[in-house]
Amino acid sequence: MGGRRFSLDWLGAIPFLAYVAAFLILPSAIVGVGAFLDANNSFTLDNFVHLSRSYIVTSTIETTFVSAVTALLGASLGALLSYAIVTGSPNGLLRRLVVSASGVLAQFGGVTLAFAFIASIGPAGFVYLFAQSHGVDYYAHGIWLFDLPGLNLVYLYFQIPLMVLVFLPALDGIKPQWREAAESLGGNTWHYWRHIAGPLLFPAFLGAVLLLFANSFSAYATANALINQGQPMLSQQIAGALSSEVGAYEPGFAKAIAIQMIVIVTVVTVLYTVLQRRTSRWL
Amino acid sequence: MSERAGVEVRLENLVRRYGTVTALDGLSLTLAPGELVALLGPSGCGKTTALRLLAGLEEADEGRIVIGGNDVTGLPTNRRNIGMVFQAYSLFPHMVAWENVAFGLQMRHVGTAERKKRALDTLELVGLGKFAYRYANQMSGGQQQRVALARALAINPQVLLLDEPLSALDAKVRSRLRDEIRRVQLEVGITTLFVTHDQEEALAIADRVGVMQAGKLEQLGPPTLVYSRPATPFVADFVGLTNRMAGTVRGGAVEVRGASIPLVHPDTPDGPATALVRPEAVTLTGNADGESGPLIGTVIAVAFLGAVSRVTVDLGDTTVLAQLPTSAASQHPAGSRVRLELRSDPVLVQREETAPVAS
Repeated sequence: MGGRRFSLDWLGAIPFLAYVAAFLILPSAIVGVGAFLDANNSFTLDNFVHLSRSYIVTSTIETTFVSAVTALLGASLGALLSYAIVTGSPNGLLRRLVVSASGVLAQFGGVTLAFAFIASIGPAGFVYLFAQSHGVDYYAHGIWLFDLPGLNLVYLYFQIPLMVLVFLPALDGIKPQWREAAESLGGNTWHYWRHIAGPLLFPAFLGAVLLLFANSFSAYATANALINQGQPMLSQQIAGALSSEVGAYEPGFAKAIAIQMIVIVTVVTVLYTVLQRRTSRWL
Repeated sequence: MSERAGVEVRLENLVRRYGTVTALDGLSLTLAPGELVALLGPSGCGKTTALRLLAGLEEADEGRIVIGGNDVTGLPTNRRNIGMVFQAYSLFPHMVAWENVAFGLQMRHVGTAERKKRALDTLELVGLGKFAYRYANQMSGGQQQRVALARALAINPQVLLLDEPLSALDAKVRSRLRDEIRRVQLEVGITTLFVTHDQEEALAIADRVGVMQAGKLEQLGPPTLVYSRPATPFVADFVGLTNRMAGTVRGGAVEVRGASIPLVHPDTPDGPATALVRPEAVTLTGNADGESGPLIGTVIAVAFLGAVSRVTVDLGDTTVLAQLPTSAASQHPAGSRVRLELRSDPVLVQREETAPVAS
């Protein structure tokens, strides 16, 4: 009587919490501790000092560049596609088709995706052979598919659908009355986008760019399957430091690179969360 | 807020089709300067289409729109100088109240200081001076609609359009804001078109009420006339409650259960018809225990509506609604036997459910 009943509702979350503990918290803790250990399991900061090695700095820059380019391009193209969907019928075929396809394609990656591109537009792919037979040689200046430009293109394949999934709810939140109100008050299309829709959608767009950046930044399998010359991406550098093929087995260093990536992705994710919160207040 | 004289607004033979559906079928309507006309009708009757054509948000297939003597039929919305209040949620959510109100002034290149002053003045006009720095999500639905009203008025429009502005509000706020809109409209003197499906709202606020059905204006007139002298059975049915009582037309009157009631249209041909009788034209007299007759029945329900009550009486083959002062209705509790009297106010009759009698 009068006592507070102990709620057991949280019991339902146990499987999820166990999953998070086993596959997120525990590995992160292992990485976090291991980054500060040397080969003899003694405390060291050397692993972090080694992050200034030139090839790591280059990888960081290239990973950031690829992530930024695919995030900005993916967000722009995905936003345009989302806009096309929103301006169509709410239950139309285009919307159902694109949303369903985006749900699948946003998760498409790794060896399968790399192979799809190699088999289609690669140097022996059917698209390339067809284009070549019609006088078009898009590899005339070198085979760019297996380098950073190719990686950008392949990443866009999952970045654009992800943008559609993330940005569509924000566009759906834009009410037609706002445009009509702006027009009745003397505004034109430019005024509407400049003063109403633009400011309302900008946080959502920026947040989506950050999410796409993090998505690209942490990708590994696709880059590894596509690029066989060098290891331009940071995630590949981790794999390299864990591999003993060239006698460079440095698990502590690999974990330091992972910490660097975790920090960057965490910062990006926090910013994304802040922007999402702002968006949800308005839309 | 400067005083201004309203302008005349003319909708001339407007037609609007959506594919095979004709939403507006030759609507003609003239609003006198400073007048508030309410368009009333069920969903899909074309009232909102009429308002959207006047606003320029849609184009008419045929017809003309004239505001203040100028033909604006081909003008886009942003060049018509109209103020519009939408059903709900039309405030820009990322702007505080005064910024919302100032938006139209910004579009007219009014300087920052001047537009803020005018926005604050207009917010005072609608009683929201203290809410100038609040976002839409920090205000109630009624407050948001008042800001929307201020926003529409701040640009000194020639015409004010209200598209069911009260429909998303609860009853008490709706009634208060309705009066507020009327007060401001009279104060500003602006010609106003008010679209609603709520008859009480239309009758309470308008100088004239236009009842629409199937894209046409069934009747246009002062609220009292529309209510007491409906031009068509549809108007009688839609505006207020109506008892449909079987009877026979004979010599300019209709005989209903032994009572003779004069007709609105005395030239109606003789023959069987359904009389449309208002509940307030039905009165209950005395206790009729043990009696029988065509106008004697049993009270089956009494609905308390405040000053008046609505009594449902079962006459055996039909039920009849009577609206009485609550003090009178309380003398006839459910189960009591009563005698009905039909007041001799002129009524409309209908031959069939769907075929109104020609006037």
